[in-house]
Amino acid sequence: MSKNWPLWEIFVRSKNGLEHRHFGSLHAADAEMALENARDVYTRRSEGVSIWVVESVNITASNPEHNGELFEPAHDKVYRHPTFYELPDEVKHM
Amino acid sequence: MNKKHLFDYIISIADNSLILAQRLGELCGHGPTLETDIAGTNIALDLIGQTRNYYQYAAQIQGEGKTEDDLAFLRLEREYKNVLLVEQPNEHFGYVMGRQFLFDVYHLLFMNELLKSKDETLAAIAKKGIKEVSYHKRFSGDWVKRLGDGTEESNQKMQEAIDELWAYTDELFDQPEADKTMIAEGVAVDTLKFKETYYEEVSTLLKEANLQVPESKYFIRGGKTGVHSEFMGYILSDMQYMQRTYPNMEW
Repeated sequence: MSKNWPLWEIFVRSKNGLEHRHFGSLHAADAEMALENARDVYTRRSEGVSIWVVESVNITASNPEHNGELFEPAHDKVYRHPTFYELPDEVKHM
Repeated sequence: MNKKHLFDYIISIADNSLILAQRLGELCGHGPTLETDIAGTNIALDLIGQTRNYYQYAAQIQGEGKTEDDLAFLRLEREYKNVLLVEQPNEHFGYVMGRQFLFDVYHLLFMNELLKSKDETLAAIAKKGIKEVSYHKRFSGDWVKRLGDGTEESNQKMQEAIDELWAYTDELFDQPEADKTMIAEGVAVDTLKFKETYYEEVSTLLKEANLQVPESKYFIRGGKTGVHSEFMGYILSDMQYMQRTYPNMEW
């Protein structure tokens, strides 16, 4: 049966103020069922306050074969990283 | 206050949830899909959570030093007072959802009334469970609609399930002696108050689901007085096996 059901990506906001994060994926016949399934699969232990579902086909993903050109810049350009600023001690978590 | 009647009344509420949960539990790991499997098992867990509260309270009323487990696992068939509807077998997914739906509509109406019980413990249990039961009804109702309004085959199977299960709906509103005295005390729910609403709600959804509302007036009853269908013995032998083979075993 699940062969016929499309795949959905599930995003859950764990607390008000936080962003929705990707929790996983599941099968469902339509968006409404995806929401119910997501509720049962991911949020039964108070893990979330809001759910988004997106049909997986609507997500455009980068191709792993292109990882080189996309994600591996040359590391000798130190000026790309703001490492030369002196931060005052009062500024935390930078 | 008649303690025996209060005890019987609590047991009859708890047994409905326990036996339905046991039926749903049988499906754990059997799908039909991972998602519906988890959903069904979640509903079973909700129901078992509710029964624990009822049995703990019943054990306390009884005052014989028994525990919730004794009440859940160690009674004889005739001592279980669940309605026949919840012990019906898991013929197929449509049947499971049909059974669930016919029970959930009743269950939610029941819980809404139990909220007003003069018995504070029962009212508190209802308050705690009502959100769960609302979700159960939404879930099973959605599936009845999907299957009824789905393909020709799913419609036919859903219709068969509803036609067969229909005969067990009238018993939901039976009031054995314990119910009657507890209603008079303002403790129990007068189920007749919402019988009409029940059939209206069920019929509305069935029509929405492109299904025929059964017209049969042939109803089967017995569970509420301890006279069960042939399935009950098998359910209990599964359910009681561990406690009877290894007495006092704990999780």
